[in-house]
Amino acid sequence: MRIRISDDALAIACGADRVAEAFARAVPAAAIVRVSSWGMHWLEPLVEVDGVGYGPVAPADVPAILAGAAGHLCIGDVAAHPFIARQTRLTFARAGKTRPLSLEDYVASGGWAGLEQARNIGPAATVAAVTASGLRGRGGAGFPAGIKWATVAAAVGDRKYIVCNADEGDSGTFADRMLMEGDPFCLIEGMAIAGLATGAAKGFIYVRSEYPHAIAKLEAAVALAADIIAPFEIEVRTGAGAYVCGEETSLLNSLEGKRGEVRAKPPLPAHKGLFGCPTVINNVLTLAAVPWILAHGAEAYADFGMGRSRGTMPIQLAGNIRHGGLFETAFGVTLGELVDNIGGGTASGRPVRAVQVGGPLGAYHPRADFGTAFDYEAFTGADGLIGHGGIVVFDESVDMARQARFAMEFCAAESCGKCTPCRLGSQRGLETLDRIIAGERAAENIALVTELCETMKFGSLCALGGFTPYPVLSAIRHFPEDFGH
Amino acid sequence: MDHMQALDDLIAAHAGREGPLLPILNDVQAAFGCIDEPAIRHIAAALNLSRAEVHGVVSFYHDYRAVPTPRPIIRLCRAEACQARGADALAAAMAPVAAGRASIESVYCLGLCSVGPNAMVGGALHARLDAQSLAALVEAL
Repeated sequence: MRIRISDDALAIACGADRVAEAFARAVPAAAIVRVSSWGMHWLEPLVEVDGVGYGPVAPADVPAILAGAAGHLCIGDVAAHPFIARQTRLTFARAGKTRPLSLEDYVASGGWAGLEQARNIGPAATVAAVTASGLRGRGGAGFPAGIKWATVAAAVGDRKYIVCNADEGDSGTFADRMLMEGDPFCLIEGMAIAGLATGAAKGFIYVRSEYPHAIAKLEAAVALAADIIAPFEIEVRTGAGAYVCGEETSLLNSLEGKRGEVRAKPPLPAHKGLFGCPTVINNVLTLAAVPWILAHGAEAYADFGMGRSRGTMPIQLAGNIRHGGLFETAFGVTLGELVDNIGGGTASGRPVRAVQVGGPLGAYHPRADFGTAFDYEAFTGADGLIGHGGIVVFDESVDMARQARFAMEFCAAESCGKCTPCRLGSQRGLETLDRIIAGERAAENIALVTELCETMKFGSLCALGGFTPYPVLSAIRHFPEDFGH
Repeated sequence: MDHMQALDDLIAAHAGREGPLLPILNDVQAAFGCIDEPAIRHIAAALNLSRAEVHGVVSFYHDYRAVPTPRPIIRLCRAEACQARGADALAAAMAPVAAGRASIESVYCLGLCSVGPNAMVGGALHARLDAQSLAALVEAL
């Protein structure tokens, strides 16, 4: 008997280890294999017994499953489940299928083919392939990866670096974490390809301290893969609980051992990045998309998507949603389809009122925006952003004035303090929203906070102060009835 | 003194690293539960930095503390995805239960955003919490 259970942090938080122990006690002869998560989070802990899926499983369900009397938990063939079958999994092709730290599984599922191809075609053709694929930075900014790589490749310097931004601090996002825990070799391969393409010998993965499982998996994977990626070297570094370190220049300062303050640009990191050297800094999902692109061809990747958003995006369905989890699909799917059809509406069963897309710095969208296609430009057109692809659903019980207040409070707490619009603006914004919530001169204070948001948007040094106006202004615009009563 | 010897060992373990300060501070925080003034002076001297530079870094990051926390810590996620699943009401309900036994601190995202409310106790993660299961975590501390 072969039993597969995920060892992803989310599955463990839902009790996967206890379920695995229960199976081990009940069937000592069974092979219990710990694999990555399929990303159907409402079904975790998900268990596959000889290819048949059950979830969510509690230790007490084990006897019924073994007796064939757990029909209410049975989902049949997991790969055929509609949530999985509807996806286009390129970056997450291995999710649910392989053991995260098994080099054997990695090779058997096409691992290292991208790196081999890069070694065959050489640096210039590798950069050209990434450019031709249309891959854009998945961290939020959406900057073309190929242009960044070409800039570093052309830069002169005796040392160059590849830095992976794994400081996934946005609420509603977990794709980086799932990739690092579930398929760490894929990220390592992507970084090795980036090193080869740009002439960098060393890479750093900067992971937030809130992700201890990811850190442990990466450290083990880096040690296992050292000979394969040599002469390229990777070091895993842990953050220290600062949200702003997800901003690329702040992250570089943090890696250097400094306060995580944002740097003014220019110079761009591609010219003067880590320790003043030319540096590629990309998000986990950007780097993890590269092995597929090299192995299958830039054109195959670019065939997916719409407009200037090519390829696929691992979208994360979160918050008050019935079917939460990881949904990788080509750009172009609408917000309504994601929330209502794929996500199944709210977990509470009450109507959806607002959806925040793109993390704490993303806009709140009403149902009226549900026709918006998931695409960088379409979301900009709807006064929002897709950010790192997180979607947080709220039901009708949400108070949007409190959410706007929270956005300012969060910005005030996490501001690095370098620029005034962010450092002071967020504090004044918080106080002004408190007055609005208390019913003090609402119209006047709404006008004041709107003007303040304009200043933050155009005067801040980075996206923290610059994008905090998105949740605030969208809440005021789309849900005026929550302000000033 | 043992404490300073242990500190020297932690610093020495990162010798030769590029940008060693954060790895050292992370280890010191983990080993001693805080980064106090004598530790700051010692680290500064070892890395040839000013005390002010090290203090500036220590005070910037949320993970570092000047004094150890007297009670065990439950880090409850209070970010948007957990708010949407009732984390605010849960935090309010828990405050009296935890009083004197544990510190319930806020964390902004544990990356389990589809199964909240979530919390981290020590290195262990807990999902789908409600007042009953969170109270059980407090009891077990």
